[in-house]
Amino acid sequence: MNRYVIPIAIFAVLVVLLGVGLTINPRNVPSPFIGKPAPHFDLISMDFPDQRMTPQKLLGRPWVLNVFASWCPTCGDEVPQVSELSRHVLIIGLNKEDEEAKAKAWLQQHGNPYAMILPDKDGKVSIDWGVYAVPETFIIDKKGIVRYKYLGAIPDQELRNKILPLIQELMAEPA
Amino acid sequence: MMRFLILFSLLLTFVVPVHAGIEVHKFTTPEQEARFKKLTEELRCLVCQNQNLADSTAPLAKQLREDAYEMIRNGKSDKEVIDFMVQRYGDFVLYSPPLKPTTYVLWIGPFVLLLLAVIILQLIIRRSRNKTVTIDNNEFEKARKLLAGEDEK
Repeated sequence: MNRYVIPIAIFAVLVVLLGVGLTINPRNVPSPFIGKPAPHFDLISMDFPDQRMTPQKLLGRPWVLNVFASWCPTCGDEVPQVSELSRHVLIIGLNKEDEEAKAKAWLQQHGNPYAMILPDKDGKVSIDWGVYAVPETFIIDKKGIVRYKYLGAIPDQELRNKILPLIQELMAEPA
Repeated sequence: MMRFLILFSLLLTFVVPVHAGIEVHKFTTPEQEARFKKLTEELRCLVCQNQNLADSTAPLAKQLREDAYEMIRNGKSDKEVIDFMVQRYGDFVLYSPPLKPTTYVLWIGPFVLLLLAVIILQLIIRRSRNKTVTIDNNEFEKARKLLAGEDEK
């Protein structure tokens, strides 16, 4: 009896480790930007062509950068969540490697939750932000520090349990 | 024969688009080219995670290859290219992660496990060597008969 205890215990540990390994999402790569200043950009707004936007201009208020594109099917799925979020915080839409006409048609169809849309035509800003899939969502605090990142369409649960409480927390922080 | 030649030349036109898809990177020195090859082989493509930048056909990998190419051509060092990638995508882009507190388990773990296995093996061997075998007289007699071939009868 006793001689079977150890092998069974080892086997159980292996099963648990394998189970954990299989349920981890390999795409959930921790962002190296969390806790670091938001990467720089200087882009001309799509909706207000006389305005340029930089992260410096947004200092003093929490904001969200949501990367989207009309060619990305998942982006349409998260529009309800992004719209809900837009009622609590300013959201900048980074339009990754898209055509203006297509992006505008897409926004007409799905609704526009963004306070401002910045076209990232050649994808350089996306690379500076470490974006490797669309959609991606970053939350930046009043001091311009990236505090959170979500990869993929935001699920309702994530929005209620993590994102909205974090926005509230950031609103309360001193500038 | 003429018909064959026409057919053949028509077939050749199919070849052209295939060549158009291959990226051409021109370097000023062969040393730069070697560095480019080595770097893109060591960096992971994040879209298709089990491929490196050199092999991947994903648009992101293509763009990062272009970035690496530009940087090498502009005389940036290997370290600068790697820092550019790590700064944006984290240690995950490196196929061989750096040795630092969060990766100690990764680097040292296998050796610790090997050491443990050797220690356990040694314990088992020593224990089985020290085992003294006790045989009572009946068994001894039985064994003697077996050896003499008397049991069968």
